[in-house]
Amino acid sequence: MSFMTDRKRAVGLGSAKSGTEHHWSMMVSSTALLILMPLFVFTFGYALGRPYEEVIAYYRQPLPALIAALTFAVGFYHFKGGVQVLIEDYVHGFARKLLIIAMICLSIAAAAAGVFAVARIAI
Amino acid sequence: MADMNRGNRPLSPHITIYKPQMTSMTSIFVRITGNALLVAALMIVWWFLAASSGPDAFATADAVLRSWFGDLVLFLSVWALWYHTLGGLRHLIWDNGYGLDLQSSYTMGYIMIGGSVVLTIVIAIIV
Repeated sequence: MSFMTDRKRAVGLGSAKSGTEHHWSMMVSSTALLILMPLFVFTFGYALGRPYEEVIAYYRQPLPALIAALTFAVGFYHFKGGVQVLIEDYVHGFARKLLIIAMICLSIAAAAAGVFAVARIAI
Repeated sequence: MADMNRGNRPLSPHITIYKPQMTSMTSIFVRITGNALLVAALMIVWWFLAASSGPDAFATADAVLRSWFGDLVLFLSVWALWYHTLGGLRHLIWDNGYGLDLQSSYTMGYIMIGGSVVLTIVIAIIV
């Protein structure tokens, strides 16, 4: 049994002081995705199911390519912020840090792969 | 001292004995759909990478996305996407201080459930 008082135990355990910034970044990216996602669903839905040559020709056009690249970039940025909150709520200790780092790396890698692929087709 | 009776008290929010409500369920499903969308997102990135690599790689990825498994994942993901989008819209409305009363929360919850199903069917028919 320790003789720490409740106050002593609470001192130094303040907020991370970056919650507002995190919330704002989710608000900005979700507003952007409100516009991007329907556009992506329709353009990708148009391309999926077509033969290779038609898919390539379609994504050589600036608008479908731009929509896809932006959706990957903003979408995985939004996912990075969302999954971080999920992990913080349910995973504790060292596993939490490890999982957050892994998910940040996965998000950035997937976004980079998506944007790179679209750019390679389009250019 | 302050440590007395620590660790064996019931702690809020009593999730295991709490009666599921429409408001709590629509909220948790926003989280579930948002994170589950990772599966479809990675599949689509793979499809684009394969298309940028060449016809052979594209044939493999395209076959997986258009198989019954790919179809199922993408169809459910369209619903998850619409549900999460409407849920996010509800959060943006809440963030601006509107609709925070119980009645509005319920109304918007029903709009999320109904709207996501209708929009998914519309997309499935168009695309």
